[in-house]
Amino acid sequence: MHTSILVFRNFRYLKIAVGLVLVAIVAYVIHSPLGGPNGGSWLGYTLGTLGALLIVWLAWFGVRKRRYGVGKLLLEDWASGHVYLGLSLLIIATLHSGFQFGINVHTLAYALMVLVIASGAYGLYAYLRYPGLRSLNRGEGALGDVWALVAGMSRDCYEIARDLPDEVYKLVEDADKNTALGGSVWRQLSGRDPNCASTRALREIRKKAESYTDRDADAARRLVRVLARKVELLGRIRKDIQYKALLDIWLYFHVPLTVALLGVLAIHIITVFLYW
Amino acid sequence: MAEHYQVAIVGSGPCGMSAGGRAAEKGISHIVLERTDHLSDTIFKYQKGKHVMATPDILPLRSSMDFEPGTREAILGTWERQTQSLGVNVRFNAEVTAISGQKGGFALKLKSGEEITADNVVLGIGLQGNLRRLACPGGDWDGVQYQLDDPDEYEGENIAVIGAGDAAIENAVALSRQNNVYIINRRDECARAKDGNRNLIEAAIESGDITCYYNADPKSVSPGKLTLTVADGEAEVECDRIIARLGAIAPRKFVESCGIEFPSSDPAALPELSPQYESNVPGLYIVGALAGFPLIKQAMNQGYEVVEFILGNQIKPADEPLLEEKFKTLPGNRSVDEVITHIRENVPLLRGLTPLQLREFLLDATIHVPGKGDVIFERNDYTNSFFMIVDGGADIQIDEKDPNVKVTVGVGDFFGEIGLIAGRRRSATVVAAEPSFMLESPRRSMIKLINSVEAVERAMNEVALVRQLRTYLSPHLTDEAIQPVLETAEVRSFKSGQTMFKEGDADEGVYLIRKGSVTVSRRIGGKDIVIAYVPAGHYVGEMAFLTRARRNATVRAAINTETIWMDSDRFRQMIEASPQLRGEVERRLLTRFIEGESMHARPDAGNIIQFLVEQGVGEATDILLIDETLCVACDNCEKACAETHGGVSRLNREAGPTFNRIHVPTSCRHCEHPHCMADCPPDAIHRAVDGEVYIDDSCIGCGNCERNCPYGVIHLSAGAPKKPGLFSWMLFGLGPGPGENKKWNKAHKKDDGAPKVAVKCDMCLNIPGGASCVRACPTGAAIRVSPEEFFSLSELAARG
Repeated sequence: MHTSILVFRNFRYLKIAVGLVLVAIVAYVIHSPLGGPNGGSWLGYTLGTLGALLIVWLAWFGVRKRRYGVGKLLLEDWASGHVYLGLSLLIIATLHSGFQFGINVHTLAYALMVLVIASGAYGLYAYLRYPGLRSLNRGEGALGDVWALVAGMSRDCYEIARDLPDEVYKLVEDADKNTALGGSVWRQLSGRDPNCASTRALREIRKKAESYTDRDADAARRLVRVLARKVELLGRIRKDIQYKALLDIWLYFHVPLTVALLGVLAIHIITVFLYW
Repeated sequence: MAEHYQVAIVGSGPCGMSAGGRAAEKGISHIVLERTDHLSDTIFKYQKGKHVMATPDILPLRSSMDFEPGTREAILGTWERQTQSLGVNVRFNAEVTAISGQKGGFALKLKSGEEITADNVVLGIGLQGNLRRLACPGGDWDGVQYQLDDPDEYEGENIAVIGAGDAAIENAVALSRQNNVYIINRRDECARAKDGNRNLIEAAIESGDITCYYNADPKSVSPGKLTLTVADGEAEVECDRIIARLGAIAPRKFVESCGIEFPSSDPAALPELSPQYESNVPGLYIVGALAGFPLIKQAMNQGYEVVEFILGNQIKPADEPLLEEKFKTLPGNRSVDEVITHIRENVPLLRGLTPLQLREFLLDATIHVPGKGDVIFERNDYTNSFFMIVDGGADIQIDEKDPNVKVTVGVGDFFGEIGLIAGRRRSATVVAAEPSFMLESPRRSMIKLINSVEAVERAMNEVALVRQLRTYLSPHLTDEAIQPVLETAEVRSFKSGQTMFKEGDADEGVYLIRKGSVTVSRRIGGKDIVIAYVPAGHYVGEMAFLTRARRNATVRAAINTETIWMDSDRFRQMIEASPQLRGEVERRLLTRFIEGESMHARPDAGNIIQFLVEQGVGEATDILLIDETLCVACDNCEKACAETHGGVSRLNREAGPTFNRIHVPTSCRHCEHPHCMADCPPDAIHRAVDGEVYIDDSCIGCGNCERNCPYGVIHLSAGAPKKPGLFSWMLFGLGPGPGENKKWNKAHKKDDGAPKVAVKCDMCLNIPGGASCVRACPTGAAIRVSPEEFFSLSELAARG
C-alpha cells in the first residue's frame, strides 16, 4: 500500500545510513593519527573514498530516475536511499575533513556538498508538506481543464454585462483580457496576483452596483456572483501553481549544484593525488 | 419455350455471385437473377466509403472471385470486373416472384411475367431484401427511406430516424453532424445495439446533439410530419425526412411458397438444411444469410461449394485443412469427420450445434492431449477459457490446502466455467487423471455459444451451481448436504446499483455472489454509510437468519452482479450437516461483527469505499491509485509508461476524480469482465495468465473498445513520431530526452493518415518487474492494487 519514502520498507535505508554513520563516528573517535584527524590518514582516505562513492551514487539517481522499466528495485527504493544516505554524507564528509577548513578547493567542494544537501533537505520538506496541501486546495473535484472553466465564466460575465452600463462592460472585458495566471518565478511562488484584473473588476463593479436599481441591480448581482466564483477559482489556481512551484523550485538549485560539486570533487581528488 | 439452365441462382449477393462465378468457371449453363440493376444490393447499400471487413480471419476464402477487407467501392469494383471476366450470366431487374416444381424441372416466375426453368435452384437472397417497413398510415410517403447511402448528402434538415439497432444509431450519429436529428425508440433503452454504438448514441442524446423519443411508436406519417404514440399521449415531430431502420427478416412467405419448411414459427427462425445446403425440397439449395451465415466470406465460400455439390463433387468444406492441422496431434490418425462425430457423441454440451456451427466452434478451440498427471491450469491463474473432456478425465483439486481433496470429471464433462462466469482467477487446479483429449475454448466462443444455444447455458448452470457452492463455501460439502439447497436455489441477477435487500427487511435467504460484487451499508446518523465491500466468491444475507433478526444492513450491487440465492432454512440444514462449513460460517460472521463495529467509528473509510465503487473499482481486478499526499506531480509515472510503450503513454495521471486524497487516474482497471473485449471484431483483446488485459497486434483500429470502455482509458494512436537517438540529445540537444515525449509527440504529430490502433495499459506484461508507472514513482504515491486488498479493514483504518 501507500508508504512515504521515509518509512519505506520499514526504514530500511535509515537503518543502513545510521549504521554507516555510527561505524564512521566510532572509527573517528578511536582513531588518533599523527597531527590530529585529517583527510590524509588511512581513515581520512577511507571516509573520503566512501564519501566520493556516495556522491557519485547519489548523483546517479538523476540517471536512474530516467531509466524506465529496468532494474530490480523500485525507484522509491532509490529515493528512500537517496534521502537517508544523502543526509549521512554530511557527517561522513565532515569526519573525512577532520574539521580542517580553509580557503581552498577542498573546502569549496565541502561547501558545495553542504549546499546540495541543504537544497535536498528543503526538497524533502517540500515533498512531505506540499502535496497534501495541494490536494486540500484542489478539493474533491479535480480542477480539470481550468482554462475551459475560466473561459466559461468569462463568457457568462460577458453575457450578463451586455445589458449593463459601458463602464461595467469595460471592467468585464478588462477582467477577461488581462487576467494572468502563472508568470514570473516570483509571481508563481507568491501564489497571488496583487494586480489581478478579475479581482479589480469584482471590487469596482461591487462598488458601482450599490447604486443600481431594478433590472440593472438584478444583473449586477448575478454578475458579482459569477465574478466572485471566478476570483475564488483563480485564487485556488494560483495557490495550486504556488505549490507546484514550491515543489519544483529546489531542483533548479539541487541539480546544477550537484554538477558543480562533481567537477570540484574531481579537482579535489586530482590535487590531493598531485600533492601525494 | 422458357429458357432452361442447369442452375438458376436467385440473388447476386456475395453467395449468389460467387456461385455464378464458379458455375461460369466450370462451364455449366447458369443464370444469376438479380432484382435490382446492380450486383450485391446489400453491400451496394452500405454507407459510402464504409470499410468492409473479411471476418472470420482464420477462414480461408474459396471462391472464383476475390475478397479482401477494403472500402465498399473497392470491393464492388472487383466483383463487377470479375463477374464480367468470368462471363457470369447475370440478368438484372429480374425479380423472382415464385418457384415451383422439383429437381430437374424447377420453374421460376419473374415479375416481368417471363418464366425460366432450371434443374437446380440456389437461393441466395439474404435478408436485406426484406427490410421491415413502416406499417403506420402514411408510411408510403416519399420522404420515408429505408437506407442511407451518404450521410453527408443531407444538410440542415430535420430528420427522424426510427429504430434502435446498430444501423439506426450509426445513421443517426452520422447525420447529426449536419442535421437536426430525432431518434425514435420503441423501448426505453437501446439494448439491441452493440455497446459501442449504445455509448455513442447515449452521449449524443446527453449532449443534446440528438433528441430521443423513448417508448415511442410511429402512429402516422404525413408529408413533413411524424406523429408518435408516447407514454403520455401523442407527440409530433416535424421532419423533412424519415429514415426507418427496422431490421430485416427472412422473407418467409416467399420461401415457404417454394415448399421450404421452417423448424418453428419464430420470425427469426431459418430453414433447416443438409450439410450440402440442400433444403427439404431436393434440388433447391439455400446459402448465405438466409441459411444463417451472414458473413461475406462464409457466403462466398458457400456459393462456390454449392455449385460443386450440385455437380456431385463431395468437396470438403474450406476449413477442412485447418481442422486437419488442428487434429494432427490426436492419436489414431482419424479423419476430420470422424473426429467431429466423435466429439459430438462424447460431449453432450455440443450436441445442439449444427454441423456448421460445430466446425466454426472447433476452429476457435485448442486441442489438448495431456498425459496422466499433466496440469491443465493452476489455481489463481487468470485464464478464462473453458474446457471440455472428449476422452479421458481430470481431477479438480478443490481444496487449496490438500491436493488430495478432488472431484473427478470424465468423458463429456467440462470445467473452467467458474472462472468464465466470475471473471476472476481460477479457483482450483486441474490435473489430467489419465491420457485425455480435451477441447479448450476461448471466452469469446463460449459467450457466443451460450448466447446462441440455450441448452448450453442451462447445462452449464446446473453443473456450475454445485461447483460454485463447493468452491465458495466448503470443499468438504457432500452431495447429500448440498442437495436440499440445490432444489430451491436459483440464479438471481442484479444490475449495477440495484438493491438486493434493505436494512430492516425480513430474512428471505442467503445470496452467494458468483459474479460481480456488492456493497454493504447501514444507516448511521440518518445517512447510508458503506461498511463493507464484498466481492464474488462470498455470501451475504446470512447474518439475519443466524441471529434470527431482520436484515441489519442494506446490500447493493456495485456492478452487474449474479448471485445464487439459497433458502434460509435449507442453508441452515446444510450448515448443520457439515461441521467444517459451520465453523467457517461462524468465523466469517464474527469477523463481520468486528469489522462492522470498527467501520461504524470510521464513516470516512466507508465513504472511500463508496467513492471507489462509483469509480468502477468494484469490477476492477487491478487499479492504479495515487495518494495525493505523496504525489509531487513529477509525472514520472506517465513518462515511464510512454518510454516503455513506444513513446505513447496509456495513463493520464492528472485526469480522473479524487476523494479524501485518493486519486483515481485515467488508467485501465483490468475489469473482471472487460467491456473492451465485448465487441472486438478481430478478437484482439485478451487476458493474460496474471490478469493483464491487453491488445495484440491484430487490432484494426475500429475504435469499438475505446467506445465501450466506461472509464475512457483506451485511445487510438498512430504511434509516436520517431525521436532522435540518445546521443543526439545529449550532445546536440536534439529531440526530447528520456521521458520527455509529450511535447515532442504533439509538435511532430504525424498527419500522413497512418493507421491508428487502440492502445491501453497492459500492466507492462512483457517487462520483468511489473508495472513501470508504479516502479518509476519516486515517492510511493502510485500503487496498483486489487479492490479486495485496498478495501481491507487495516488499510481503510489507516486512512479513516
